[in-house]
Amino acid sequence: MRQTFDEMSSSDGTVRPAYETLSQWLSNVPQDVLAHRRKEAEFIFRRIGITFAVYGEQNAQERLIPFDIVPRILTKEEWVQLSKGLEQRVKALNHYIHDVYSKREILKAGKIPEELVYKNPAFRPEMNGQRVPHDLYVHIAGIDIVRTDPSTFYVLEDNARTPSGVSYMLENREIMLRLFPELFSMYKVAPVENYADDLLATLRSLSPHSGHEPNVVILTPGIYNSAYYEHSFLADKLGVDLVEGRDLFVKDAVVYMRTTEGPKRVDVIYRRLDDDFLDPLAFRRDSVLGVPGLMSAYQAGNVTLTNAVGTGVADDKAVYSYMPEIIKFYLGEEPILPNVPTWRCREPDHLKYVLEHLPELVVKEVHGSGGYGMLVGPTADKAQIEAFRAKVSATPDNFIAQPTLALSTCPTLVEQGVAPRHVDLRPFILSGSDKVRIVPGGLTRVAMKEGSLVVNSSQGGGTKDTWVLDV
Amino acid sequence: MRVRIRHEITQRFEPPARNTTATVRLTPRSHDGQFILRWTLDLFSDCRLNPAEDAFGNLCHTFTLDGPVDVLTVIAEGEVETQDTTGILRGTVERFPPPLFLRQTELTEPDEAVLKLARSLPFSADDPLSFLHTLMATLKERIAEVPTSALSDVLPAGEALKTGTGCSGAVAHLFTSVARLHSIPARHISGYLASGDAGTARHWAEAYVPKIGWIGFDAGRDMCPTEEYVRLAVGLDSLDVAPLRGTGFDTRQNVRAEEGRLSARIAQAQSQGQN
Repeated sequence: MRQTFDEMSSSDGTVRPAYETLSQWLSNVPQDVLAHRRKEAEFIFRRIGITFAVYGEQNAQERLIPFDIVPRILTKEEWVQLSKGLEQRVKALNHYIHDVYSKREILKAGKIPEELVYKNPAFRPEMNGQRVPHDLYVHIAGIDIVRTDPSTFYVLEDNARTPSGVSYMLENREIMLRLFPELFSMYKVAPVENYADDLLATLRSLSPHSGHEPNVVILTPGIYNSAYYEHSFLADKLGVDLVEGRDLFVKDAVVYMRTTEGPKRVDVIYRRLDDDFLDPLAFRRDSVLGVPGLMSAYQAGNVTLTNAVGTGVADDKAVYSYMPEIIKFYLGEEPILPNVPTWRCREPDHLKYVLEHLPELVVKEVHGSGGYGMLVGPTADKAQIEAFRAKVSATPDNFIAQPTLALSTCPTLVEQGVAPRHVDLRPFILSGSDKVRIVPGGLTRVAMKEGSLVVNSSQGGGTKDTWVLDV
Repeated sequence: MRVRIRHEITQRFEPPARNTTATVRLTPRSHDGQFILRWTLDLFSDCRLNPAEDAFGNLCHTFTLDGPVDVLTVIAEGEVETQDTTGILRGTVERFPPPLFLRQTELTEPDEAVLKLARSLPFSADDPLSFLHTLMATLKERIAEVPTSALSDVLPAGEALKTGTGCSGAVAHLFTSVARLHSIPARHISGYLASGDAGTARHWAEAYVPKIGWIGFDAGRDMCPTEEYVRLAVGLDSLDVAPLRGTGFDTRQNVRAEEGRLSARIAQAQSQGQN
């Protein structure tokens, strides 16, 4: 039996200091009041229209991500340690991507197998030798963190393409403030509301030109995208234009936005569109979501794309397993946040181990995301395990495996009352040309089913407000 | 051999475009086997050509036409001095080490039939050269080459094998796909073939053999490029080397590549300095 670390109470039942007030409050508040507040929260979410489409479902209708009204609490000390580790990690990611598209020192040093770069579908030959403004590639990162004991936070995954979920972080806080003002008077919680200002300051700092106020836009694939709500939410919070590909055009390697007052030059594009669709002249030629010629403007250095093109080369799960070496190689430091031990099925002895221990392991596709295409050994049945055995044996390069971690649990309001459920955390790290900004907290995702370790919202996971205490 | 080339491409827009941006890869570079004597690019529109080098080192130009645009015409014209190097490339511009060219793309991604073909050919890691020649001969046998004038989609590797027909580009997809399956770096080449009066645009492949370097293989004709070949652009597949990428449709080309010199009038006009 795995020993699960509960963030509120230790195994002998004593409540940790940071949770004392909350625990007391929870035991004083009648159950029906909590249930009522939860309904209220759901009502607000529905009214503001914050929904999420789940791909691959027969009638992929929009649905709400369950919101749990019990906040998760991190102490200031825990956060300071975490944010140092996150900053280090994102710095290393930026160095790595810059290197991979320029001198490739890390390959020459033999620290990473060549094919992991050259055969990686997310490696964009187009970016080779291409300078990007300020040599920064990952301006907005979402690093997924899990906790297994009081002092250990593991990085579970790096998201260096277009990490989403920040709108939930902001909405969750807003709703908590509205529903439980009394709790905020008992706790000194670090604010997250300045995320929008931080993001805008970061985006502006990335402008390829100095001298004038940069024109920043958010590029969305459109209303059919599962994260469209977030795109429009952010445009609104930032006070910038939300555009689709057809609202932009390129003339002589400069990007313009069509406006009622004529063309207006665009300097920074926070794009929530995958590389493949950005420019039909450079990537997928059937893309109707992109802007023809965008890459020519990018290559000429006339526009900043956020995140840069080709950042996916750093965030697949095979590269992940090399992150400790990557951090040491570029920064000469030991990683502050450890990696989860990872078996790379591409290596024969690792593969052998994985095939022998499938029922204990979590097996993931190297390029998978959103919890699709993964095997959680301990909860899988025989047929699922055998299906994965066949898949992994056929294309070992596509898989990695990790031990099943005992993710920490947090008190969560479920049918039976308040009970522990497994959680993870996605903080958002903003890298501008001036500095790195991290708002205290992030998005806590919670597996609503008892014992479940899958927190992905596409798999029925919920979210929580995350409190970083300011004392 | 002195080769003169005229390559005209048109693309139509229906309805006419408000404005349109396009990229052309229509400027060859010199290497040991070819020397570009003169080369010009003409657009029958008033616009600025922005020259750039793409990721593979190809010379390309991007331009924007103000609308309404109903048709777009580009003409490349020039004169190249070529030499037979028995297909071996020297002095080319290289922006990537050979292992990059082990990547399959959407157009070269092997299906079951391609995998089967790859397995059926005798392969020895010590002698990739014999394998590549066998592959070339096999493809010549298996795929009937059809000429194309429209720059329509070049068939992916699997389709070409399934139908047993394809243009030179489809054959090159199949060649690179199979070579990569055996861990031989392989790439896609666009260019011209000035053979008799049948001079055309043509695609072929190049494969990397240790100790020798890059070698050209034209599997559609079962031969390595000779002095009749002019090399234009290099990439992972036909899309990377497309002479024109724009947003219109019905792209057509008209190519003349033949032995000889440009007419005196064109040559003189081209040699005039313009400031």
